[in-house]
Amino acid sequence: MEEFFQQLTNGLAVGGIYALIALGYTMVYGVLKLINFAHGDLFTIGSYLGLTLLTSLFLSDRLGPGAGIVVLALMVMGLVALVGALLERVAYRPLRHSPRLSAVVSALGASIFFSNTLMLIYGARFQVYPQGILPKTAIDLFGLYVPLVRVLILGASVVMMIALYAFIQKTKIGTAIRAAAIDQDAARLMGIDVNRVILMVFLIGPALGGAAGLMVGLHYGQINFTMGWVYGLKAFTAAILGGIGNIPGAMVGGILLGVIEALGAAYLSIAWKDAIAFGVLIFILIVRPTGLLGERVAEKV
Amino acid sequence: MTEKRFLVYGGVAALLAVCPLFLNAYWTDVLNSIGLYAALGLSLNLIVGHAGLFNLGHAAFYAVGAYTAAILNTKFHIPILALMPLCGLTAGLFALLIARPIIHLRGDYLCIVTIGVGEIVRIALINNVFGITGGANGIFGIARPSLMGWVIRRPQEFFYLIWAFVALTVFLFHRLENSRFGRALNYLREDETAAEGSGIDTAHYKLMAFVLGAAWAGMVGNIYAAKMTIIAPESFSFWESVVMFTLIILGGSGSIPGVLLGAFLIVGLPEVFRGFTNARMMVFGAAMIAMMIFRTGGILPARPRRYELLKEEAAEEST
Amino acid sequence: MSLLSLRRVTKSFGGLTAVHSVSFEVDSGTIVGLIGPNGAGKTTVFNLITGIYRPDQGEILFNNTSLLRLPTHRIIALGIGRTFQTIRLFQNLTVLENVLAGCHCRMRCGAVSAMLGLARHRKEEKKAIEQAMNALAFVGLEKSALQQAKNLSYGNQRLLEVARALATEPKLLILDEPAGGMNEQETAALIDLIRKIQEQGVTVLLIEHDMNLVMRVCEKIVVLEYGSKIAEGSPPEIKANPRVIEAYLGTEED
Repeated sequence: MEEFFQQLTNGLAVGGIYALIALGYTMVYGVLKLINFAHGDLFTIGSYLGLTLLTSLFLSDRLGPGAGIVVLALMVMGLVALVGALLERVAYRPLRHSPRLSAVVSALGASIFFSNTLMLIYGARFQVYPQGILPKTAIDLFGLYVPLVRVLILGASVVMMIALYAFIQKTKIGTAIRAAAIDQDAARLMGIDVNRVILMVFLIGPALGGAAGLMVGLHYGQINFTMGWVYGLKAFTAAILGGIGNIPGAMVGGILLGVIEALGAAYLSIAWKDAIAFGVLIFILIVRPTGLLGERVAEKV
Repeated sequence: MTEKRFLVYGGVAALLAVCPLFLNAYWTDVLNSIGLYAALGLSLNLIVGHAGLFNLGHAAFYAVGAYTAAILNTKFHIPILALMPLCGLTAGLFALLIARPIIHLRGDYLCIVTIGVGEIVRIALINNVFGITGGANGIFGIARPSLMGWVIRRPQEFFYLIWAFVALTVFLFHRLENSRFGRALNYLREDETAAEGSGIDTAHYKLMAFVLGAAWAGMVGNIYAAKMTIIAPESFSFWESVVMFTLIILGGSGSIPGVLLGAFLIVGLPEVFRGFTNARMMVFGAAMIAMMIFRTGGILPARPRRYELLKEEAAEEST
Repeated sequence: MSLLSLRRVTKSFGGLTAVHSVSFEVDSGTIVGLIGPNGAGKTTVFNLITGIYRPDQGEILFNNTSLLRLPTHRIIALGIGRTFQTIRLFQNLTVLENVLAGCHCRMRCGAVSAMLGLARHRKEEKKAIEQAMNALAFVGLEKSALQQAKNLSYGNQRLLEVARALATEPKLLILDEPAGGMNEQETAALIDLIRKIQEQGVTVLLIEHDMNLVMRVCEKIVVLEYGSKIAEGSPPEIKANPRVIEAYLGTEED
């Protein structure tokens, strides 16, 4: 039972990370109907930027561990958001009226470009996050000792998701994003600046992905330039699982996938851990391509 | 025009044929790699270039062919080149099995699923599935191939084997392009609903594009296993699929000369400019974006097919 | 005798009933028009006939064969050719290749005989090109055979769609707004073309907004409104039908 709860909390923490990345996929897909293949690499950029800032600015020495991490996270999110906006401007905007698959190729090109640029800068080997940034304590949850990092990751991702949800539901620009996702042309006719909406989506999604990258660095302690596409693929699976284009769906899908994967790895086979997520992806796309919370849309002929 | 094309192909072939006489073993081996990727690119081009189905898991079919050859050669000592048709068959059947349930998925979803399939195959190979793939270390001790009693061992000898296979592929696929089958793949790439509404069984042709492309990759896998005498899962990673895909997009999707050029660029160029080796995928990634914005068809885009018309006026009109 | 018959065909999307219990017959050798205000469900009826949508209820018979379980390409092969309301050509391929798509279902050679270059493959190709050129000549596009389809004028793109549909050797040709976007001169030529198609023994079912064209070529007209059939009859009967007049005056101001 102890083992089960440890795996469950681990799955919830990893699921929170998946959910944060999945939000980027699902928001871009909602507005542009494009799978942003480079999103996983934005996540990787976040983790490398986190490492660089961590080792060069000594934020936790200056501000204390708590405030240090928060400032670090905000810096990473801001920088990755800028990269995301740049990506949209350079690689996607010129192709907005081209055939869909042109944009997909461009996205793949951007993904290859980002990951290999990281390799050139940081090298092909695993990079190690400095130890002792977060105290290696475990906290007592109803008699179970859960590592602090896990609790913090899950807590932070839940806070960010709630904030995003409130932003999307309550603010004017959030309403504009929802409107553009339903019908871009109608939104434009209603006076919504669709370019601004797309820019917002490419700022928010990458910011969340960058935060997830930092979390992975803090959680696992080591990062690699190719990890983006595995995490990206899993987060995309999470987005599909919840119903692509659906923001609460991405959150539910992410957490669910994290738990499925953790429990599957523990009780079925650790060697097949990655295959479990891809198996879920294929299964969902065959059986219910609209995901758990998605709606079926008829294609007009 | 047709004579000119014939001359270009003949010239390139003649130039290539004498290369091993002047090049050392290292550079001949580079040409061998280019040849393998060219053949793989041509097989994937049926799926990506002609049918417009984005497949980023082609390495899986390549792997099935290579492992079929390696397992049957090391366990039952069957001459490896004799296994080539069987390697094509297993890879083709595997593709049929995999593609059938997913083939109706729309472009980008299909692309994602093929990535997933490619990874599952690689993980299965690492985990020594059925106890016959040798796990992460792979399979070694594959016997050297021989043709009519002549053992193929040196890079120069492999050069002729590989490039003869490429030449055969070009010849057969050129004919395929200019046929009912080849056109059907293009129709479904251009507009699936219109193709179906013109009486074309689109599901069948999508499947056949996958099966034929996979079968060809399986045969290339056989040659690869014969050349290396040792194969491991890492040779069939996601990045292999990415390289095959990229060379098609940059060279010219749906265009045989384009794919050949793409193979030379992506595999050959980094060898010529050694400092470029690490940066190559970064440059090619950026080139893919630029290509989609400025020149969608690739460096050597596919050209319209030529038809011999009975009415001469129509031919004049087109020029 | 009736070539095509729809019996109480119903189709809804979500909660919206697009086609409600529609029945009509198309007799062999005739030209039948399907008209109605925008959103009346005309194109949906075409998509139901050609198997792009499946009816929720009802029966569709072609030559006494039920079409309900057949995929679209099989329905085309049975002898129903169609064009699309929004032009759906293979834009980047040549005009000839667009028509060869229609020939596809009457050809047999596959990948292997093409790769081996068998004589029967070459013979079949030659015959198909000849037939495709005939279809192009029939609509008057033979001179543009080697151009890319996207370079044709709008009216000629519509004609190319007709040629592609004719190349499937249909018994019934379904035209979805064939005169859409055509000028007066082109429409007049189209009327002649439709009559010429009929003379070849092909039955025609068409959707059209151009009432002049419909009244001039159709022998029978079926009128839909809000997914239901409100009238059926000869052009003079339809012109005099009060429900049809109301339906049109009620929705089309200009």
